[in-house]
Amino acid sequence: MQGQSSYKYESQKLASWYFTVAVILFGAQLLLGLVAAAQFIYPSFLYDILDFSVARMIHINALVVWMVYAMIGSVYYLLPEETGIETVGIGIAKLLFWILTIAVTIVVLVFLFIQIGPAKMSSIWLINEGREYLEAPRWADIGIVIVVVGFVANTFLTAMKGKRTGIMTVILSDMIALAGLYLAGMFYTDSITMDQYWWWWVIHLWVEATWEVMVGALAAYALIRVVDAKREIVEMWLWIEVAMLFGSGILGLGHHYFWIGTPEYWWEIGALFSSLEPLPLIGMFVHVLYDWGKEKGIKENTGQDTTSNNTPALIWLIINGFGNFLGAGVWGFFHTLPQVNIYTHGTQFTAAHGHLAFFGAYATILVGMFYMAIQGKYGIKKLRATFATKMSIILLSLGMLGMTVALTIAGYEQVLIERGQLGATWNAYFIAQNQAWMVQAMDWRLIMGVVMTVGFLYLVKDLLTISKNPKNVY
Amino acid sequence: MSKKNISVWTDNRFWQRSAAWVTGFSAILLIWLTFDTMGQIAMGNQKDIDAHTVKRVPSSTVINYKVEYKMNARRGHEVPVIGGDDGKGNSLFTQKQKFFGRDDYSQKEADALLHLGKLGTQAKNCMDCHTLLGNGAYYAPDLTKAWLDPAWGKNGALQAMTRKNTKEEAMAEFLQHPGRYQTHARKMPNLNITAKEAKGIVAFLKHMATIDTNGFPRGFGKIKEETVYARSK
Repeated sequence: MQGQSSYKYESQKLASWYFTVAVILFGAQLLLGLVAAAQFIYPSFLYDILDFSVARMIHINALVVWMVYAMIGSVYYLLPEETGIETVGIGIAKLLFWILTIAVTIVVLVFLFIQIGPAKMSSIWLINEGREYLEAPRWADIGIVIVVVGFVANTFLTAMKGKRTGIMTVILSDMIALAGLYLAGMFYTDSITMDQYWWWWVIHLWVEATWEVMVGALAAYALIRVVDAKREIVEMWLWIEVAMLFGSGILGLGHHYFWIGTPEYWWEIGALFSSLEPLPLIGMFVHVLYDWGKEKGIKENTGQDTTSNNTPALIWLIINGFGNFLGAGVWGFFHTLPQVNIYTHGTQFTAAHGHLAFFGAYATILVGMFYMAIQGKYGIKKLRATFATKMSIILLSLGMLGMTVALTIAGYEQVLIERGQLGATWNAYFIAQNQAWMVQAMDWRLIMGVVMTVGFLYLVKDLLTISKNPKNVY
Repeated sequence: MSKKNISVWTDNRFWQRSAAWVTGFSAILLIWLTFDTMGQIAMGNQKDIDAHTVKRVPSSTVINYKVEYKMNARRGHEVPVIGGDDGKGNSLFTQKQKFFGRDDYSQKEADALLHLGKLGTQAKNCMDCHTLLGNGAYYAPDLTKAWLDPAWGKNGALQAMTRKNTKEEAMAEFLQHPGRYQTHARKMPNLNITAKEAKGIVAFLKHMATIDTNGFPRGFGKIKEETVYARSK
């Protein structure tokens, strides 16, 4: 199916399928993001055809799903290398891929063409659950759980049979938590407070705990492969990261419980633990730079070739370290204290943080994993960055940074005028939306979105052609 | 290089165990706090209102009462006030207010309305334009205290525009025909909301305004925008 690929394992071939769908969904995310960004400036654009709510819903769901695909792909990719054996039940794993992909396609088509339903349980089951990020209808939730259970079983059985490394131990326990947490979002309640309490268990404990640990594990694996870092050292870092990420992230959940009807004690708990959340991210950034420099130094001293084995992946890994700290850490800390959050909660400030954090923490390392798979697919010893690699890195990163700055300014204005000055009413909202700072910021956000999209096109070109040019591989 | 560890700080097993302990301890603490929170956020019922018991998430039957958002002297921020207050921001649960012409909705009727309304907000995907309790998308106003928005009240622009005499009727009318009542270039799309669904959604909004959100949003509706921005649209 994949032509003349030289994957050593079927599991890695399956990983490449997951990566392919991930890239397509990444493109869909950008496209729908452009539509939603344009609607901020031209509100009549696609009005009553593809309204903002629909564009935005597909924008954020494509984001989550492409990242989940890329993470599953990454695990299938590194699984045989870590364990030393082919993935157990690879046939079933491939079948599950098709089931999941067909389900995702149906959900997207329903979102696009049916969009909403009447106020009945059947709408929740078949059309749209209407809870941000978890909009997938209930039937799809159940399908996702079945597929994920199969995926966890695959990896578990493989790890039991083969070698059990520290990285694999972290991934296995992380995946069980990740899959289990999804169940917390699969019920209906008339109480919006109860609804959002459990909704955050899924959203927060995914992106601020289990996903972060997954990134730590992928970075550990990539460092070993890309700069020949020593496993013992990398795995020690990984355990420290797990302790710090879960130690801060699990109770950091409290910063979502300031204003939804939950008791006041979450102010203190949320403020304290979520303020600690940036610490492991600083550590992860230092760790990547340190290991890279150290291995380079050792090679220099012994007269070896100091270039990394996979330059594109290494650059993305470094951007990941810094982007995770900047987007999740710094931009998160900006508004994590309740004294600040009472004004910033639910403004463009959150959007600024969300954009940079998802990009910095997740998109970057997963794109790095795409390059790892390209290297594996063609058995390339050393992969060098091309012009397209550099263009995609520059345009994607600067586009996202520019967008974040624009949204931050918009959020700042919204906080001061809508929340601080005018008291958060309907009219206050629109007065703030019509201010020059907001209007200009929205223009810049769209422009930066276009910049990112061009960067994405370079990325696709690069992923398709980098292996073909002998100049880039040796 | 010797593989012997010279210090516990470079011992992988030490860090592995630390990670397990920290994670386990945090998870247990979270579960314990969750049990406590579940008790505190359980939705109240009419008996609580009759007993003047303040609940963080009150009974659906609050739709029978007058609802306000006032500074609470003890807590130092605004809290929802149900059925009038004692001058210090504490609910008295006495003053009723008609909701679609009635102030005697039974527990069962009010529960059914809230159920319909909450389902409606999900089926219509409100959250991907609006924020509810501050969570959602940022393309349209926050709905946490929408019931208390002066624009829907007597002499409010939105009530005047819909030519209705009460807040709830104005909101229901708007929800059914959002395209007709454009307030800004950005307008709400038509979501095929029926009259029955609209009534449920308004009940849901009134109920949401009574949830104790620890003072969020602060200073809601305190400043009359028209006076500050006389020239603004």
